[in-house]
Amino acid sequence: MAIICAALVAVALWLLPAAAGAKTEIQFWHAMGGQLGETVGELVRQFNASQSEYEVKALNKGTYPEVLTGAIAAYRQKNPPHIVQVFDVGTQTMLMSGAIYPVYQLMKEQEVAVNWGDFIKPVTGYYSKDGNLYSMPFNSSSPIFYYNKDAFKKAGLPDKAPATWKEVGEASKKLMASGATKCGFTTSWPSWTMLENTFPWHDQPFATNQNGYTGLDTKLLINGEFGQKHIGQLAAWQKEGVYSYGGRMGQPDPKFINGECAMLVQSSAVIGGFKKSITKFQWGTGQLPHWGAPYKKQNAIVGGGTLWVMKGQKGPDYKGVAQFMKFISEPHQQMWWSVTTGYVPITQTAIKNLEAGYHFKKNPEQWTALSQLSGTPTPNSRGHRLGNFVQIREAIETELENVFAGKKSAKEGLDAAVAKGNEILKEFAASVKQ
Amino acid sequence: MLPVAAERPRKPIPCGALVVHALLLLCVAVIAFPLYYALVISTQTVQEVIARPPVLVPSGHALENYAEAWSRAKMPRLLWNSAIVAVASATGKIVISMLSAFAIVYFNFRGRAVVFWMIFVTLMLPVEVRIMSTYEVIGDLGWLNSYAGLTVPLMASATATFLFRQFYMTIPDELCEAAQLDGVGPLRFLFSFLLPLSWANIAALFVVLFIFGWNQYLWPLMITNSEAMRVVVIGLQDLIPRTGTHVPEWNVMMAAAMMALLPPVAVILVMQRWFVKGLVESEK
Amino acid sequence: MKRAVFKNPILPYLLVLPQLAVTVVFFFWPAFESLRLSLFRTSPFGDRTFFVGLENFSKLLVDPDYYRSILNTFVFAGGVTALGLGAGLFVAALATQNIRGLSAYRTAVLWPYGIAPPVAGIIFLFMFHPSYGVLPYWLSFVTAYDFNWLLRGWIAMALVIIATAWTHVGYNIAFFLAGLLAIPASVLEAASVDGAGSIRRFRSIVFPLLSPITFYLLVVNLLFSFFGAFGVIHAVTQGGPGGATEIMVFKVYKDGFIGLNLGSSAAQSVILMIVVITLTALQFKFVEKKVTY
Repeated sequence: MAIICAALVAVALWLLPAAAGAKTEIQFWHAMGGQLGETVGELVRQFNASQSEYEVKALNKGTYPEVLTGAIAAYRQKNPPHIVQVFDVGTQTMLMSGAIYPVYQLMKEQEVAVNWGDFIKPVTGYYSKDGNLYSMPFNSSSPIFYYNKDAFKKAGLPDKAPATWKEVGEASKKLMASGATKCGFTTSWPSWTMLENTFPWHDQPFATNQNGYTGLDTKLLINGEFGQKHIGQLAAWQKEGVYSYGGRMGQPDPKFINGECAMLVQSSAVIGGFKKSITKFQWGTGQLPHWGAPYKKQNAIVGGGTLWVMKGQKGPDYKGVAQFMKFISEPHQQMWWSVTTGYVPITQTAIKNLEAGYHFKKNPEQWTALSQLSGTPTPNSRGHRLGNFVQIREAIETELENVFAGKKSAKEGLDAAVAKGNEILKEFAASVKQ
Repeated sequence: MLPVAAERPRKPIPCGALVVHALLLLCVAVIAFPLYYALVISTQTVQEVIARPPVLVPSGHALENYAEAWSRAKMPRLLWNSAIVAVASATGKIVISMLSAFAIVYFNFRGRAVVFWMIFVTLMLPVEVRIMSTYEVIGDLGWLNSYAGLTVPLMASATATFLFRQFYMTIPDELCEAAQLDGVGPLRFLFSFLLPLSWANIAALFVVLFIFGWNQYLWPLMITNSEAMRVVVIGLQDLIPRTGTHVPEWNVMMAAAMMALLPPVAVILVMQRWFVKGLVESEK
Repeated sequence: MKRAVFKNPILPYLLVLPQLAVTVVFFFWPAFESLRLSLFRTSPFGDRTFFVGLENFSKLLVDPDYYRSILNTFVFAGGVTALGLGAGLFVAALATQNIRGLSAYRTAVLWPYGIAPPVAGIIFLFMFHPSYGVLPYWLSFVTAYDFNWLLRGWIAMALVIIATAWTHVGYNIAFFLAGLLAIPASVLEAASVDGAGSIRRFRSIVFPLLSPITFYLLVVNLLFSFFGAFGVIHAVTQGGPGGATEIMVFKVYKDGFIGLNLGSSAAQSVILMIVVITLTALQFKFVEKKVTY
């Protein structure tokens, strides 16, 4: 009898430390590969080290679409991750899904305080519904203009980024004539930079229903006068070699990096990467070019992603999720994340602190991105809330390729993109109707 | 025992050995060039990679690239997982295919035609097409994030069965009749007669299936939830920041790719004698 | 067909059971699930489904993108098969000639088969890259034509065909080699003694004797490129530019995985399955008649 008691006690003692030491695991799925993935890992490590109850496990589940589909499949199997990073264009899909735990609600119910008012307006504008944030802002960027200072000098151009599209055209012609570069400029993420951001930048509506915020029966408006003007100019420049279409996503980057094109429109998120990989020439940044009058200069729309919390987890886990959310929104982490990755700091406090530390003086490129996100957005520049936006973007970029290849005129291409996009929007509305 | 296949057919050469050598060298060069290019890239820095004109000779940064790839991608675990998936799915598939092909060819049973069609209908409809529903099936079985989930679905296609069937069809009837006369039962026939003849076939199939299993991407990506279960092809993709907002480090990625392709290529090199020899037996 | 069989009532069923089980669970069950899904419109998260009958199918049949993907698939499959089989037979024939160093040559042409399609795709992406690839660079000395696959669809198609065929040519070579080596020397010598020239020998002896292998490779290559050659396109062109390399299999993935339109994706899967079954049936019924065992 005594032996059995002793054995039980021994077993209990053996199990106890294990039980006491067992941290609750929190699954965090993201789309950050390469260097960014390392940085996410470091951020998670910092959180795990800062407390002993929860352990966040970060997993790169592929590209943004792959992460989203993976999360959906997992959710349908009643086994979703706690946190999933979804890109900007997945916002409407997440909002209408019924599968998420809105972040503002999470923090309120878990009684973890976050200073919501500290976030900058373009960010809250994009990801809020009725004034409340549904997902946690994480990696935000905006498209900025990069230019090759050495090439500019060779072509006799002043050392600053062209501010208007007209200037871009003129600068390109000078650069090409002087032999400084082969082409003038190229654009990465063609739909995101040249349409999704150019429209709000000029305070033009991208779609009806205030870009989809106020209703599901939304239709695209990109084939109107402004769209035809902008894309038409790009197509004309493509023919002249001023503009050189380089593909989707970040595929055109090498054209800038190896000096083939002197200017590039790309996300501010590549600043870190460019600092490492561009050693052949000096480069600078500027805001996204503007057409000038009669168009207002409004603001750019944040790109990147946010963190969404999924329903269906064990109740106590959510406390850990809330703590992690608070952790990443604190100024120290915000600043570290922004400085390391090049993503824009998204709280006023973080921005003020960085300013005080002369960070932006030393890194003017980061200020460029931020300067495009200041002010109060209008209905045209709050963001985009379109369902199945991935498919829509795909349709738009396919038609843009047709236009730049000379197979269709700008009007024809845009009309086709709008027709397909509207069809997709209709399908989405039908699939989520109550 | 059937006579082994001839080592080389002694046909007189139409246009001389020199021409043949030249042509073969050209073929080798063309076929090998892409890999050589990848190897060169894995030794360069990022600037050298995207320089114009392209630099086609190896540079000196191999060690740092490979070390970087090894640690960043956590290679050992990846390689181990890939090995398990490749070996298990290859072995499993060979076993069940051999049994079914044997049954289809050597038995006249009721419903044979139906079974035949049921199995052969699976030829090459890739997992990608039925991926969402297969995912649900795996989830229902509780096999998510497991070796079973990774390997068993890969066995559900009829290519191996097809090959065994073709092979068994070429075995002369006399062998079977003679065995039956000797009182040999079907299972003994399979293991003592057919199996020895099939080794070359099996070796060839093993190579093919090993590679198939090793190079899976979309399926493992979908069903693995933890770093501990990832396979090497996914680890590779991890190195490319595919969100398109960071400059891809192609040199590190190619280094990782080199490490990832070494095992399957090694398998081919080691098994190539059997891989080539006697995939089809000669007739008497 | 075989005349020599074993008579055993239960054994055959036991033998096919493992494979049948795996086939039913991992092929037929998901296939029926796809069939079911194709009749519904599903919200991305699957929480809402609406029965829509054959609407997903009818939408496909009026979609020009779908027809384009069918055309692309035929072009792609034809290209990969022709290139793969042609190159495979050519190299295999060379490698069975009476010269020294054969096994070294054989090794040297076989190994690309081990390379994962996505990796092969990325390597070829490099080689074809308009900005820093070797091929456009070399070609620029020959012609002023802009070999930019990002703008010209046919170049993108050529790129994926070559990359896919490259990964598969080792497979074809191996099988052809085996087939060529299996031809008894005696048969060939007898033919040459009879005065048949090498071309004639090839046509009337080698080729027929190779026919089981050729049939097998034809089936496998066609099916592989029709339905399985996903990796290269996914890693390199993503179906672009402008849908020029979007084959049916890729469209299924794109619409389901990325577009989250599960209904249409499932409908496309169903159509693909029907095509597979039909093709396989046709191949076995008609082509196999011509095969001499």
